[in-house]
Amino acid sequence: MNNVKSSTLFKIIIVLYLFIIIFPFFWVTVTSFRPEAEIWSANALKLRGATYTSANYVNLFKTTILNSLKNSLIISTITTVYVTMIASLCAYSIARLEFKFKKLLTVIILATSMFPQMIVIGPIYRVFVKLGWTNSYYISLPYSMITLPIAVFILITHFSQIPKEMEESAIMDGSSKINTFFKIILPLAAPGIFTSAIMTFIGAWNEFLLSLTLNTNEAWRTATVSISFLRGQFEIFWGQVTAATVVVTIPTLIIVILFQRQIVSGITSGALKE
Amino acid sequence: MAGITFIKVSKIYDNGYEAVKYINLEIRDGEFMVLVGPSGCGKSTTLRMIAGLESVSSGELYIGGELMNNVDPRDRNIAMVFQNYALYPHMTVYDNMAFGLKLKKVDKKEIDRRIKEVSKTLDIDTQLNKKPKELSGGQRQRVALGRAIVRNPQVFLMDEPLSNLDAKLRVQMRAELIRLHQELKTTFVYVTHDQTEAMTMGTRICVMKDGIIQQVATPEEIYNKPDNLFVAGFIGSPQMNFYRGKLVEEESKYYLIGDNGEYGNFKFSIEVENKENLKSHIGRDLIFGVRPEHIKLTEEDGLKAKVMVTELLGSEVHVHIHVQDEIHTIKTDASTHIKSGDIVNVKPYSNKIHLFDPETQNALR
Repeated sequence: MNNVKSSTLFKIIIVLYLFIIIFPFFWVTVTSFRPEAEIWSANALKLRGATYTSANYVNLFKTTILNSLKNSLIISTITTVYVTMIASLCAYSIARLEFKFKKLLTVIILATSMFPQMIVIGPIYRVFVKLGWTNSYYISLPYSMITLPIAVFILITHFSQIPKEMEESAIMDGSSKINTFFKIILPLAAPGIFTSAIMTFIGAWNEFLLSLTLNTNEAWRTATVSISFLRGQFEIFWGQVTAATVVVTIPTLIIVILFQRQIVSGITSGALKE
Repeated sequence: MAGITFIKVSKIYDNGYEAVKYINLEIRDGEFMVLVGPSGCGKSTTLRMIAGLESVSSGELYIGGELMNNVDPRDRNIAMVFQNYALYPHMTVYDNMAFGLKLKKVDKKEIDRRIKEVSKTLDIDTQLNKKPKELSGGQRQRVALGRAIVRNPQVFLMDEPLSNLDAKLRVQMRAELIRLHQELKTTFVYVTHDQTEAMTMGTRICVMKDGIIQQVATPEEIYNKPDNLFVAGFIGSPQMNFYRGKLVEEESKYYLIGDNGEYGNFKFSIEVENKENLKSHIGRDLIFGVRPEHIKLTEEDGLKAKVMVTELLGSEVHVHIHVQDEIHTIKTDASTHIKSGDIVNVKPYSNKIHLFDPETQNALR
């Protein structure tokens, strides 16, 4: 009886949570198809608008948004690739090797993700100006500050769940440490790698402050920054902003839908007798 | 094929825990050596030192006459079967078996030939394209064995490989392992905490406790001539019964006397091989042990005791009696009519009594 009650409660909480998460996106999508005038009219808060239009999207694509999307895509992909590579090596070392100050190191990695960006952005800007790296894809480098600690933490959990016997078995089979890592450990940690890669990609894709500060030239702007520039002297083009929000969300949505099977599927099942 | 020699080998972990203490052990070429003992006795550590998965803290470890202390596991040509099989879940059965051979750069045709041959003898030749998760527990166990066999190693190490199987399958796999050993004629080192497995499978058994080897001998010898109290109690099921008593000499014959509280005293005659050795123990306290199958129910004087429980096992009955504040077991045939609460008279066979020094716990012979 208790079980039934708690599972019903659980479902209600999930539905509420989903509503809270989905409603803003739904509202943004609905708004993006309304004429600019209607957004501010009495109809604004009605679920069904009086008229629908694609004008917001047409106007949006007249701006530099496509170039910004390209920048976002390239920068996020570079970030994802190198962060995932570094994170998997780092996480594997922490999960499996014994060395001094391991705990301290882990805490430091976690702590770096907690620095407010506002504090570090000054020094990073100075360094970038000195090196001549502003307005370039080098912006991927400081992106590791936001994404790497999370990726490392996701992967530590996944690596430590892989049974030690799996590695020992490979070593007994004559495999070297590095071969074991690539042939046995990485395939087994695939769900974790996918998860951390997606988190990294989304983190990089959504980044705003670094991009705003370091890539000031319009040609190098990322999508998130471009959205913030959708304004005239006296107004914000809410129709275009909402349309851009929808457009910017689509790639991450596609990625998650494509890879959710890899994230969820437990491919380690059957390896060991539990 | 190779023998294994431990000379004064110890294993001390980084946290200071001494898992194996100064052991000397000779595992002969082609032998089926079973390391047995309760959990934490150091048997798995010993096995893992042979594998090279644990370093040797001190002493010397030889495999096939070569010092192995600092040799990498992958250069030892040893195969190991793990308790939980440790199959690679993302590879098919075939690839699992081929993994080690591919790393050794064995010719593809040769790999194929060996896998086909081994999978046939293990009866998994129809499963080669499946992934481990599609297999039953017994089949996974066979794949783990097959993966070891195809490599043609000089030593097989097995760490409780049957403990995850159900009882019926375990008996079946036990026989299969014995057959495999006879066919391959390679050195097997097998770790278990199950004394039945040790007795049935081992050419010799090494009993360990607290990182120290208690006795190394053939199953018969371990069973009939245990070196100390621990070995006597650990090997044999139900376990050996122990009594506290005194050794006395009357008319140049030896007797054991003791008392069983409210049920009075007892006195057993005992035949000993070497009377001279026991002379010094006359009149002193000692512990004597008798296996459940070496005690008979008698009408005449013997040890009087109260029956606590009887267990019918089909072919025989185990009678549990209360002796000197402990529960002792007697094996008797199924036709007995003894019930709980009865008072029975029991007597051990006079030539089947084991004597132990209560201080050193060693056997007195």
